Amino acid sequence: MSEEVDGTRTAEEKQEMEDKVISPEKAEEAKLKARYPNLGAKPGGSDLLRKRLQKGPKYFDSGDYNMAKAKMKNKQLPSAPTEKTEITGGHIPTPQDLPQRKTSIVASKLAG
Amino acid sequence: MAGAGGGNSDVQWCFSQVKGAIDDDVAEADIISTVEFNHSGELLATGDKGGRVVIFQQEPESKNQPQCRGEYNVYSTFQSHEPEFDYLKSLEIEEKINKIRWLPQKNAAQFLLSTNDKTIKLWKISERDKRPEGYNLKEEDGRYRDLNTVTTLRVPVFRPMDLMVEASPRRVFANAHTYHINSISVNSDCETYLSADDLRINLWNLEINDRSFNIVDIKPTNMEELTEVITAAEFHPNQCNTFVYSSSKGTIRLCDMRASALCDQHAKQFEEPEDPNNRSFFSEIISSISDVKFSHSGRYMMTRDYLSVKIWDLNMESRPVETYQVHEYLRSKLCSLYENDCIFDKFECCWNGNDSVVMTGSYNNFFRMFDRGYRQDVTLEASRENSKPRSVLKPRKVSTGGKRKKDEISVDSLDFNKKILHTAWHPLDNIIAVATTNNLYIFQEKLN
Repeated sequence: MSEEVDGTRTAEEKQEMEDKVISPEKAEEAKLKARYPNLGAKPGGSDLLRKRLQKGPKYFDSGDYNMAKAKMKNKQLPSAPTEKTEITGGHIPTPQDLPQRKTSIVASKLAG
Repeated sequence: MAGAGGGNSDVQWCFSQVKGAIDDDVAEADIISTVEFNHSGELLATGDKGGRVVIFQQEPESKNQPQCRGEYNVYSTFQSHEPEFDYLKSLEIEEKINKIRWLPQKNAAQFLLSTNDKTIKLWKISERDKRPEGYNLKEEDGRYRDLNTVTTLRVPVFRPMDLMVEASPRRVFANAHTYHINSISVNSDCETYLSADDLRINLWNLEINDRSFNIVDIKPTNMEELTEVITAAEFHPNQCNTFVYSSSKGTIRLCDMRASALCDQHAKQFEEPEDPNNRSFFSEIISSISDVKFSHSGRYMMTRDYLSVKIWDLNMESRPVETYQVHEYLRSKLCSLYENDCIFDKFECCWNGNDSVVMTGSYNNFFRMFDRGYRQDVTLEASRENSKPRSVLKPRKVSTGGKRKKDEISVDSLDFNKKILHTAWHPLDNIIAVATTNNLYIFQEKLN
């Protein structure tokens, strides 16, 4: 019975199956590209690294904010909201985005 | 069932202690960010996201309980770093302690270096167990005496007092890093140390805090051409001229400071060749090295990338001599791990005292040990459920196939929020410290 089933598989399907068996990474990559079609071809490149270099909450700067507002009026922003290729540095925080102020310093619970 | 131990395949690990709060609601400040034993193993330091350092001291072994080595109790705790604000860039500088490194002990006091993203501090931890009493001009509580009541002259004497452990900052090494510091490493000469950020490595003298030498600079003139960053750096344990640094592209460069002042030209480059057919979107990300550690012998070094631990012989640059899979079953989950950012988690790794076993963390509060000699590996779990005193840890197993055996856990049931990034191994004994998100577990070898 199993021979019959094997015989009906096309060469293409066999190759696909082989690919999936050989490389789960490539299957995962296909999944990712399906969800984020705009993902850049070079993932480890400058964008990702520059995002990493700029790690740290960016605080509200009224100059930046007003400049960005003025720019937005003139230019239409690209529609995709949370793309993995965007650097966080490009996002000008609004007053609503600001994180809460830190609470006062207390002793570590490891020492308790 | 056998665990992984120092050259003996029958080591079993037992729960010893757990530190930290039990409640599930974890405050961000309580997230443990670094764990480090000192050179004798008597002291164990932890740093957290709130900028605090807690040091535990091992109690001397008691005659009543010869079966277990001493417990670790709080010795000192202090606020090492505080949040700062970079006004020029409108950026907050986190107080999170990225690394702690102990200096070898030279006198009664202990010294450690602690660093956040921008500033390194040298802390002196000293004990005081005597205090002067019998001043002529002051009362015991410090108030000045009415001079009319002073009729005699006496010599103050030192009297014993309850032990007080004081931590004081002796040096602050600031303003030398534009990017975020990821590593510090004390040189075997005990005079200098290095600090590494994403693009540069600086050399400091422990006595001089207003000057440092730049020894590695990989910043491209045009930032658009940036292709890799420095992820970790360490001095060789006994060759004071040698250090290594790892990159986000999976390479390790070994540099010799005798060759030139600026070590941009590496003396050796360690890189495993990649099969171009297997290259995927994730290849470079998972090859990024999150930690590099020399063996105690100085002959080998270990690197940790997302899925594996590799041991390199310093004499061979072409490929590692040993590769251990930490959680290979995650290779078919890379898409979701990218989406939830777990693929960027930075796991550390460590050697045991005689370099025969290596250890690293994983998810679901699992951690893994690889015995290099016996070619055995074991997965253990740090959880409150296995926290009966001296209870032996049962090896855990993740089922990868369709059929899940009893006691196995399936990949989809793993909790990716429970990550063990920081582990440390006592330099001499089989005692390990494992940090979950906000708890510190101490496990010991079962002694009969």
